[in-house]
Amino acid sequence: MAERLSPLARFTPVTTDDLRIAEVPFLTQVNLRVDPKSGAAADIGLALGAPLPTGPGTYASATGYDVLWLGPDEWLVVGAQGHDVEGVIRAAAGDAHVGVTDVSAQRTVVAVDGRRSRDLLAHGCALDLHPRVFGPGRCAQTMLARAQVVLTARESDEFRVFVRSSFAGYLAAWLLDAAVEYLPDGPVTSR
Amino acid sequence: MTARRIPGWQGEPLRFRFDGHEYEGLRGDTLASALLAGGVRTVAQSPSLDRPRGIYAAWTEEPNALVRTGVEPMVQATVVELADGLDATSLTGRGRLSDEPDTGRYDAVHAHCDVLVVGAGPAGLAAATAAASTGARVIVADDRPVAGGSLPDTAETVGGLPGARWAAETLAALESRPDVRVLTRTSVFGHYDDNYVMAVERRGEGAASRERVWRIRARHVVLATGAVERPIAFAGNDRPGVMLAGSARAYANRYGVLPGSRAVVFTTNDGAYAAAADLSAAGVEIAAIVDVRQAGGAAWDHEVVPGEVITGQVVTGVGGEREVASVILSGGREIEADLLLVSGGWNPLVNLFSQAGGELRYDAAVGSFVPGPVRQAVEVAGAARGVFTLAGCLEDGAQAGARAARAAGFHVEGSPQTPRTPEEGPVTPAEHLWLVEAADYGTHFVDLQRDVTVADVMKATGAGLRSVEHVKRYTTAGTAHDQGKLSGLLTGAVVAHALGVPIEELGTTTFRAPYAPIAFSTLAGRDRGALHDPVRTTSLHEWHAAYDAPFENVGQWKRPWYYPREGEDMEAAVLRECRAVREAVGAMDASTLGKIDVQGPDAGVFLDRVYTNMMSTLKVGAIRYGVMCRADGMVFDDGTVIRVAEDRFLVTTTTGNAAAVLDWMEEWLQTEWPELRVFCTSVTEHWATVALAGPRSREVLAGLAPDLAVDAASFPFMTWRDAEVAGLAARVCRISFSGELAYEINVNAWDGLALWEAVMATGVVTPYGTETMHVLRAEKGYPIVGQDTDGTVTPADLGMDWVVSKKKADFIGRRSHLRADTSRPDRKHLVGLLPQDGARLLPEGAHLVETPTLPEPPVPTLGHVTSSYRSAALGSTFALALVSGGRDRIGEVLYVPLGDERVPVTVTSHVLYDPEGARRDG
Repeated sequence: MAERLSPLARFTPVTTDDLRIAEVPFLTQVNLRVDPKSGAAADIGLALGAPLPTGPGTYASATGYDVLWLGPDEWLVVGAQGHDVEGVIRAAAGDAHVGVTDVSAQRTVVAVDGRRSRDLLAHGCALDLHPRVFGPGRCAQTMLARAQVVLTARESDEFRVFVRSSFAGYLAAWLLDAAVEYLPDGPVTSR
Repeated sequence: MTARRIPGWQGEPLRFRFDGHEYEGLRGDTLASALLAGGVRTVAQSPSLDRPRGIYAAWTEEPNALVRTGVEPMVQATVVELADGLDATSLTGRGRLSDEPDTGRYDAVHAHCDVLVVGAGPAGLAAATAAASTGARVIVADDRPVAGGSLPDTAETVGGLPGARWAAETLAALESRPDVRVLTRTSVFGHYDDNYVMAVERRGEGAASRERVWRIRARHVVLATGAVERPIAFAGNDRPGVMLAGSARAYANRYGVLPGSRAVVFTTNDGAYAAAADLSAAGVEIAAIVDVRQAGGAAWDHEVVPGEVITGQVVTGVGGEREVASVILSGGREIEADLLLVSGGWNPLVNLFSQAGGELRYDAAVGSFVPGPVRQAVEVAGAARGVFTLAGCLEDGAQAGARAARAAGFHVEGSPQTPRTPEEGPVTPAEHLWLVEAADYGTHFVDLQRDVTVADVMKATGAGLRSVEHVKRYTTAGTAHDQGKLSGLLTGAVVAHALGVPIEELGTTTFRAPYAPIAFSTLAGRDRGALHDPVRTTSLHEWHAAYDAPFENVGQWKRPWYYPREGEDMEAAVLRECRAVREAVGAMDASTLGKIDVQGPDAGVFLDRVYTNMMSTLKVGAIRYGVMCRADGMVFDDGTVIRVAEDRFLVTTTTGNAAAVLDWMEEWLQTEWPELRVFCTSVTEHWATVALAGPRSREVLAGLAPDLAVDAASFPFMTWRDAEVAGLAARVCRISFSGELAYEINVNAWDGLALWEAVMATGVVTPYGTETMHVLRAEKGYPIVGQDTDGTVTPADLGMDWVVSKKKADFIGRRSHLRADTSRPDRKHLVGLLPQDGARLLPEGAHLVETPTLPEPPVPTLGHVTSSYRSAALGSTFALALVSGGRDRIGEVLYVPLGDERVPVTVTSHVLYDPEGARRDG
């Protein structure tokens, strides 16, 4: 059987002291729709090890999962490659009315890390990414350049950018172009 | 040539060219100061009157000295920083775009702060220091290369230091704070609602981007934008050698350049005396100070002001052929001079304040409009609100900065400290004068760049115009690159004079962004070339690209259009691909189709309401084609619906409508039917889809999926099966968009390329692109929503009455289908057209008429061609068209007017190929 291919499989990661850009491929991603006040929501939270976050623009981290708030009744549950996240959620929800959809290949994830990560993202993201405003545990659905993304802030200077697979090539090219200023060797791309 | 540089002025020499001549300037010069140092006084021709023009000002208010440099088609010489090898050409008011593409890089940054301070003069620096000391996040933006605002121009001292040095040290101290960002060479050009402020940073050729747009969101803004000196309209006030007094002072103090050797100063206020004193000390002979005030600048120590002071007089004209050689006074005297320095007072720069929604009021003491109330969190400090003393500006700025930080939620300790400044003597009030009255106003210029004179303004008021906005448009005064920085108020004053009304009654014209000119390439930033618009690609993209297939743009998607073989053009490739599908087997990347997962106990009920046909009766394992209408009954989208489980469906949409359909579904669920227990989730990009079509598709699938029963009985049309295909977990749907036996194989997008390569590895499958797909579907009369429909077409118009349920109680669009209008017999129906000349390809969009000769216009047209192709299967060209009463015209001959021709076509059924559907089972 042929190798699976992630959307940014051909992307050469950026690895400098101040800035790192790399795909985190093949994560398991499940879109969850459930009434947050329902028993099912509580049961799913228990199964995942963290209550479903209800604060807009936040995400919760539990062992093995990140649970991203996408809307009042919608979350993106992110787990390790190959993990049966859908099975865990379905088992917890039982017969309750939930929407559980495997969307693992719908988006890929780009990790942007390093001292210049905020500077890089600020070229294309209108949100205030200052640590006082958008620190660890924050999550946003926003635009990065001209692509819709889900953005999460992690510890230190790391961000994760969830981007639709079809936009991943565009976004990677844009990130490389915007990173020019922060790379010791100067422009990676030319016009 | 006279030496124009102050003896002993140091600097790194730089060579440059202006209009083909070589000059030398110093680092730190602007092009204008270097030209003045080189003795160049005439730098341009006026745009419509061809009058010689000189350098009139020293910064962004300059109206005359426009040049072209490198990629900059039009820029003021007064703001161009001199660089070694600079090559500049003068312009007569109009720039010329370069023929060469701009290869520079441009970008943008979003920034956020508690307090944005615009301007790094005394008031701005004091404001920023006060705000930053509270811990607030502060951005300071200043348009000059060095800090200090007017301090380097006036050479005043602050805290015992030369002003420029104090400013530099203060800015450096600010910059060292972690939450302060200092932006020099950065012009704030737009101030919008919610304190959204845009600025452009000129970073230079060596930087990663030549220019950068800053998109700043500030909780509070302090505008410390300073003031510009006001000109006076008199005869010949455009002659090279006429210059604003403060600008001449700036050339001497900031650049060490003397703009002339013998000067007459013409003033309404005390400010010009300080300019005269500085210029005198620098080596310019001050021949006379002509003060319009009877008492002159009485408070001035005349010992430090050289030259004769002539009070109660005005300048009525200048002598000299092309440049100032003498100055003529109202008393009749003519004084020899090569420089005439003018000061009509100072206008606060209220442009940004006004853009921000601030109201302006006329201040009689200032003689200008000053900031009034403002609806946004904006403070104005210093000269921008009419405070013209150094100590006053420092104090005013510090207070404004503290207020802004406090308003942004930061604690301010005590009252801010400001550095000490030298004592300033008492000021004699100015006597405002805009216009020196004369019999002929033909050379009294109000707008030098637009060549607008007082006579032009009076022509406007004589024609009955009373509004300064109308006069601006009639005369074009204030519409040039400088946006009326010098001419705006002067024009208003002249209008007031002409109408005999107070200037405050007229108000000002509207201040609009951009405050300073900004290039389109700068605004475009990195959204150009390959990054201009996102390119969406499927997981199979690299295979298509490696094949060198041309791509068709479908929305932002790149879809392979056709796969040419060696020596084939598009027509040949498409005919070959069509034949392959009709006669053997082809494969297409269908991954771009929108896919929506619909889950919940009420999913069937929900789909019954959004589709025109019944979906709830669909059996698990089966597939149905469906059409969606808007509430007006017109076709909105179409696609297939597969029932995955009792409470779960997978809906496909057209490529371009995927997001719109999901939004549509959510809108109805959230606003009209919240009681329905349904969740919709987009899965478009989770799946890769390969369409396998043609009579031999069954055997190819059988080979790839040995465990799947593919015979027609086991796997009938419009059903789906989960199976392993090429060793990959797949969902295979037996549906057809070509009329042939066909399958759509869906796999996780990560496996898409592996599936495609396995299909191609069979060696018998021809890849086909979107063009072949279009031809094949059109031969079968399958419409493309958005190509064969345009929002005015019902399912019945498309000949798809069968897709509209007669049993369902309701669905979106049903009521509209009951209207008499939607069953009018002359509605446009989708029909086929066969040109009588089977080689003739009709252009899409062509109209249809009834007769071979056209009647007198207006010519009634019956409809238009929506799709048109060459068909290998039909051996002819053909088209689909929307034709009035078309189904009743089948067999008729209609005409397509093309130029002088009327191309005859026969109307047919829209299903041109295999109307009995015999081919779908292979």
